[in-house]
Amino acid sequence: MKQLITFIKKEFHHILRDTRSMLVLIGLPIVQLLLFGFAITTEVRNANIAILDNSKDEVTQSIITKIESSQYFDIDRSITSNDQIEEAFKTGKIKLAIVFQQNFQNELSHSNKAQLQIIADATDPNQATTLTNYLSSIVKDYQNELNQQNKLPYNINTEMRMLYNPQLKGAYTSVPGVMGMILLLISAMMTSIAIVREKELGTMEILLVSPMQPGLVIISKVIPYFIISMINVATILILSVFVLGLPIEGSLFLLIASTIIYIFCALSLGILISTVTETQQAAMLISLLGLMLPVVMLSGYAYPIANMPTILQILSNLVPAKWYIIIVKNIMIKGIGIEQIWKELLILLAMTGTFLLISIKRFKIRL
Amino acid sequence: MRTLKFLLRKEFLQIFRDKLILRMIFALPVIQLILLPYAATYEIKNITLSVVDNDHSEYSRKLINNFTSSGYFQLVDNSKTYADALDQVEKDKADLIVEIPEGFERDLIRDNETIVLFAANAISGQTAGLAVAYANTILRDFNNDVRIQWMQQPRLNAIPAIDITSSNWFNPQMNYKLFIVPGVLALLVTLVGFLMASLNIVKEKEIGTIEQLNVSPIKKYQFILSKLIPFWVLGLVVLIIGLIISFILYGIYPEGSFWVGFLFAGIYLIALLGFGLLTSIYADTQQQAMFIAYFFMLIFILLGGLFSPIENMPDWAQYLTYINPVRYLIEAMRMIVLKGSGFWDLRYHFLIVTGFAIVFNGLAIFKYKKTV
Repeated sequence: MKQLITFIKKEFHHILRDTRSMLVLIGLPIVQLLLFGFAITTEVRNANIAILDNSKDEVTQSIITKIESSQYFDIDRSITSNDQIEEAFKTGKIKLAIVFQQNFQNELSHSNKAQLQIIADATDPNQATTLTNYLSSIVKDYQNELNQQNKLPYNINTEMRMLYNPQLKGAYTSVPGVMGMILLLISAMMTSIAIVREKELGTMEILLVSPMQPGLVIISKVIPYFIISMINVATILILSVFVLGLPIEGSLFLLIASTIIYIFCALSLGILISTVTETQQAAMLISLLGLMLPVVMLSGYAYPIANMPTILQILSNLVPAKWYIIIVKNIMIKGIGIEQIWKELLILLAMTGTFLLISIKRFKIRL
Repeated sequence: MRTLKFLLRKEFLQIFRDKLILRMIFALPVIQLILLPYAATYEIKNITLSVVDNDHSEYSRKLINNFTSSGYFQLVDNSKTYADALDQVEKDKADLIVEIPEGFERDLIRDNETIVLFAANAISGQTAGLAVAYANTILRDFNNDVRIQWMQQPRLNAIPAIDITSSNWFNPQMNYKLFIVPGVLALLVTLVGFLMASLNIVKEKEIGTIEQLNVSPIKKYQFILSKLIPFWVLGLVVLIIGLIISFILYGIYPEGSFWVGFLFAGIYLIALLGFGLLTSIYADTQQQAMFIAYFFMLIFILLGGLFSPIENMPDWAQYLTYINPVRYLIEAMRMIVLKGSGFWDLRYHFLIVTGFAIVFNGLAIFKYKKTV
């Protein structure tokens, strides 16, 4: 026991000496959480659009004013003819163009039909659909105002409830996702490179011939990183609640207990990576090049898993972040207890066990 | 020139010696490019639906039927009460609740007005927004059918209507893969180049071989060039493989010129590798370099416009993206591939990445000290 504590102390000194890494490890989650909590949003705003008004009458003017005051769109006024639209799209200046037909107002009042064309840059189909929908509904609103006098009968009204997130805050989606991503990547990266480093520099052999058991050597290397991860958890939670305005509806104790399990899972994934690689470079390639995109894209953070093809849905089960994100959403936002998340917790525990088992097996073969 | 040739031979030999690394540099991006674009879909097909029908009338059944036959919704639950339905949402079994009130049909016909409740799981605001938008469309269509049934046609047509037509340029089939594949490819090339470069010099520092280089009569710029060129070649090879995969698997063939694309990627890689080398020069250990690399990569990726459009970000974040080289590569790739933008359309992009290349590599040469 005393030996173990001495070892842990040595490892701690080792880490604390490297202030730059410490700065990155502790500061990184703060920067990332704030950046993603505030910057990454799917809400439309400031979309650059061009309006080609071939009619320039009262109606088109008031529609343009409506669009302008909606805050979703910035109107680019430099376009005066059809030919300029394509060029504006090609240089990326605008995302959408609206073309009013000639004699818009006249057509509307005399033949009851006036034409308005929306041309969207569908390079990003998602954004194009959203922008087109927003614009159409602004125009429809205007039209409804025009027709207020003849209100339609047989009306079905709707009542809308946005459960758990009535203000539709983006942070409710992004914070659990960022927590899952940051904790997994940082933890896995830390342990993977720390152990491989000893191998590469040749100091691992010295450690293993010492009277300490190999298992304890690993544990003493992992504990300091576990503590750093816990500091990260604390900063993340404090920022989420006090800066990004997320609730903790459920039990804080359960949240922290689940997070500890998740961190163990990530740390053991790091250990696994370090047992299959020989150089720091290889460990880094696996934990950054190999993990970063799959974790972002398959964890349910960037895209809903239910829409993916079956193969990817199956693969997504292998991403620990997926399960942790479900747990965090359930506890923090929905406020439900262990009865809804025990399955996810068991899966994380099983993953941790598997990673460790493979690591121990491979370790013995090698040394 | 001869010195540079020798140095380059040494660097290439070093890269090719480590078979595991070499395999990973190619295999990891290829696997991801094959798999991940399929994950990127916002198109919602199966919104799970829980219905509370308190009316059990012909109309309420017809409305529910309209929901299930629309192709967007999948009826998973019929609950007796709203509370039961809420329970389904809590368990993640249902995304949307539709509650039809008692007397729905009677009120609609007799009193001209009734109300339907939509409640959506809004933890993901976007999914909830889409679900409610679809639900509204279905309800509006149903409502129109009711009106047509009960009203005389002329009254309907008398209302002036603005006829909105919309067209989607550059990607009329609204194929999300055309959009996501060039972005993912840009990112993978970036990751490979940046990670390799950022670990390189610091590795020599850590192992101690850098001292031998420092005492030899190599010029600083030769040293940086010898580090840059091999990874530049690697990056371009990964790019070419990626383009071949995009063509075979996704049928993506650039609208614009290949040469403009390569020229751009070439300059971009010089800039990015310069930044990687700079990281490597600053770091004391590979571990440190890796953490710094991770810090920048994740920010570059998430502020690069791959997952969420840059114009949706708040102003301060948009300003940040101006100094994010990845943003320019993703943009340029998409413009060349989808819009067929040419050199002149991309002139500012070219100018900016060239600027990055000069600044980063200049700094790298300047900061690299031949003393330890």
